[in-house]
Amino acid sequence: MSQKPRTLFEKIWDLHVVKQREGYPDVLYIDRHFIHEVTSPQAFAGLRKRGIKVFNPSRTTATADHNVPTLNQHLPIREELSRHQVETLKKNCEEFGITMYGLGHPYQGIVHIIGPELGLTLPGMTIVCGDSHTSTHGAFGAIAFGIGTSEVEQVLATQCILQHRPKTMRIEINGKLGKGVVSKDIILYIISKISAGGATGYFVEYAGEAIRNLSMEARMTICNMSIEMGARGGLIAPDDTTFEYIKGRKYAPQGEAFEKAVEQWRQLATDEGATYDKVLQFDASDIAPMITYGTNPGMGIKVTDRIPTVEELKDINEQTSFRKSLEYMGLEPGTPLLGKPVDYVFIGSCTNARIEDLRMVASIVKGKKKAGNVEVWIVPGSKQVEAQARAEGLDKIFEEAGFQLRQPGCSACLAMNEDKIPAGKYCISTSNRNFEGRQGPKSRTFLASPLMAAAAAITGRVTDVRELV
Amino acid sequence: MSKEKFITLKSTAVPLPIENIDTDQIIPARFLKATTREGFGENLFRDWRYDSEGKPKPDFVLNDPRYKGKILVAGKNFGCGSSREHAAWALADFGFRVVVSSFFADIFKNNALNNAVLPVTVSDEFLNKALRTIEADPSTEITVDLENQTITLADGSSETFDINPYKKTCLMNGYDDIDYLLSLRDEIRNYELTHS
Ligand code: SF4
Repeated sequence: MSQKPRTLFEKIWDLHVVKQREGYPDVLYIDRHFIHEVTSPQAFAGLRKRGIKVFNPSRTTATADHNVPTLNQHLPIREELSRHQVETLKKNCEEFGITMYGLGHPYQGIVHIIGPELGLTLPGMTIVCGDSHTSTHGAFGAIAFGIGTSEVEQVLATQCILQHRPKTMRIEINGKLGKGVVSKDIILYIISKISAGGATGYFVEYAGEAIRNLSMEARMTICNMSIEMGARGGLIAPDDTTFEYIKGRKYAPQGEAFEKAVEQWRQLATDEGATYDKVLQFDASDIAPMITYGTNPGMGIKVTDRIPTVEELKDINEQTSFRKSLEYMGLEPGTPLLGKPVDYVFIGSCTNARIEDLRMVASIVKGKKKAGNVEVWIVPGSKQVEAQARAEGLDKIFEEAGFQLRQPGCSACLAMNEDKIPAGKYCISTSNRNFEGRQGPKSRTFLASPLMAAAAAITGRVTDVRELV
Repeated sequence: MSKEKFITLKSTAVPLPIENIDTDQIIPARFLKATTREGFGENLFRDWRYDSEGKPKPDFVLNDPRYKGKILVAGKNFGCGSSREHAAWALADFGFRVVVSSFFADIFKNNALNNAVLPVTVSDEFLNKALRTIEADPSTEITVDLENQTITLADGSSETFDINPYKKTCLMNGYDDIDYLLSLRDEIRNYELTHS
């Protein structure tokens, strides 16, 4: 046992290095590759141009999510370019022998929701997808990160990718969360503390009591937004909560194989004495329901706080972007957000569209009606989430509250389909990005948890959910 | 597949002194529906460049005839946000070969390099100086020397920048990553056989 103590990240990385060479990036083997319609067509075109096949088609899974409509999915996609992209994916998958869960399939959904749901995402794996929120899968104790299309082509062609080993960061959240505070608040809080670029160059491991106490779905929300502070990815060491979640899922090892796998997965923890390049600690009791006011996810406050003033900014260089951002949002420095009327409520995305998120929303809106001034869109993350929500009668609760459970897809998270927030309108959203125009040209986004979004749906304004629970 | 080689570049530059320029600004999601790599330059910085009727906004720098060139000089934390390579395609398609900033998002940096767009990271001071110099004289030229890893302004002030030696070799020779990985296919097969 002379080996030096290693972090969880280092253990998984080391196991996947096919080749290491001085001055070159590591050649990393990829266990699981997910693809979708937007970032894959040019990669397949590249393979065709080189005249090569997919190296190991069984390790790639496809779904259609970014462009798909969330109503009437049984009809052909109306928008021509979207339809063409989805059809191109289907053709590419057929030609190259890749399993695809397209529209209408009971497993279709947002790529980062269906992977875990189907047991395709497992501890100790390396996982990539041409999508930055691939970090979601890190919740299982996997190295998962987003890649560009040239890299998608690399993985299709060789099942490997060239990567420099990132630095490591440990973020501990100690203690217990207060009432009305959920995992989305933890991650919005962390990003507000360290800024939207604060973890660039790092791979983050989340730890501490507050993280351990979270369900798998809540952990996915945290890892999902790692990218919003610039991190390559985020991961959480697997434990009984993880194994319990995986057990019995479609592609997970079954029976004896599962027991054996669990034994191995238990080794996936950071060794005593291993070091990180950076360690941050926060206290869960300091976290409150959060909301963003600006146009990057680091611009967040506790819902009861004021928007900072220009003078309060830590970095003087940020003043121009801060002013520009508030102007875009139509907000004044130094004013509160609480009570601000909203026009739309979007509950969806790979951050918060799993069954627990829908249950959270139902817990707030049950027996109540949505406010007259808001339009509410609730978009499940997958067909399986949708089916489960119906089985539990959540769709009825939503209907009684005055809104409809739609069909799965990315929807207003990035507004590539028809679900766009109109110019100038305010939307409280459970998604992950509040960038200018992200939810539609000139749309204005407040990021928050499903509980906070549900509260705003009922009152029609930014509300501290703790007043309703 | 070989790409255009990059050794040195001397060009006028376009200033864009805005921080945290995210990939949704570089190329809004609604323009990601193409299935080829070409033509994204038209929609580069679309929502800053054109109004809702598609008319160029005169106050945006790409619509300002004084500023031209193959170098974009942008504020800190350039390229944050999504992994869409379309952002790099749009910059390359528009004609940029270099982006200068004091900080780049990770995925963007990789995507840019994979498309022969060189991200040059400089200090905040150098960045500010470069921006002031260009704004004072739009015809001023900046020289980026990849071999020596230097960036030099017209007044001779210069800074060195970092680049991974592997990526440097690729850019200078016009190679790409897939060529290298494909040469390792036997080793990869062997890894698969011994690791599952
Ligand atoms: S839901 Fe949003 S963030 Fe997630 S994969 Fe879709 S577009 Fe990307």
